Amino acid sequence: MWIYEKKLQYPVKVSTCNPTLAKYLMEQYGGADGELAAALRYMNQRYTIPDKVIGLLNDIATEEFAHLEMIATMIYKLTKDATPQQLRDAGLAEHYVSHDSALFYNNAAGVPFTAAYIQAKGDPIADLYEDIAAEEKARATYQWIIDLSDDPDLNDSLRFLREREVVHSQRFREAVEMLKEDQNRKKVF
Amino acid sequence: MNSQMQIFSHVKSYVPPRSPFDPCPPIGTKYYSTPPNLYLGFQPPGLPQFSPADALRKGTLWKVLYDYYDNPYRKGAGKTHG
Repeated sequence: MWIYEKKLQYPVKVSTCNPTLAKYLMEQYGGADGELAAALRYMNQRYTIPDKVIGLLNDIATEEFAHLEMIATMIYKLTKDATPQQLRDAGLAEHYVSHDSALFYNNAAGVPFTAAYIQAKGDPIADLYEDIAAEEKARATYQWIIDLSDDPDLNDSLRFLREREVVHSQRFREAVEMLKEDQNRKKVF
Repeated sequence: MNSQMQIFSHVKSYVPPRSPFDPCPPIGTKYYSTPPNLYLGFQPPGLPQFSPADALRKGTLWKVLYDYYDNPYRKGAGKTHG
């Protein structure tokens, strides 16, 4: 079970009314390399991974949900006061038709989330390598959004999230090293 | 390795090949990120840390893992920050 703290992991401030940014941020909300995919991937893989790295997957999955909440806050702030006309100008007319300004797990192109985005092979190395790749892809996605965004306050939050991807990737790489080392060490049973 | 990482840039670049028949003007240099986690290996103990207040703002406790990112295609960007 979890204990919920009623605050964001990092403050989210949006300085410009720019619903187009909300459309880009949906890639991190319901996209293949987004925070939902990350959280569900690790939360599920942790059952069938050697026990010395279960805690790592559990902790990172939990943090990904905190990131998902930050992304949701950004999208909400960027769309909550937008008129249908503004949403249409931002390329969100189709979203408006389906959802009004409700959030939904779509990617930036409006494709709904699917469990096919994530994997669980059951092989610890295969799964951890997938997790490393997922972190690097999420890092790259944050970079591309920062490149497109000219909102300094939003970019500040996005930089924090990108840095967390770097740290997560580092920890997954260390998990691989832990599993490799165990194989090399001479153990007497 | 750590002392090398101070002068070493985490932003790499290359110039895409150009054909005389390419329709668009050249973008020039393409940039990509090679963040510090690619080089660190298993993190050794006792590395320098940020203060708690700084760490909460930057997103990492560890100075060696901090990698500021900015749009490298904007003028004046493309350099790593300390």
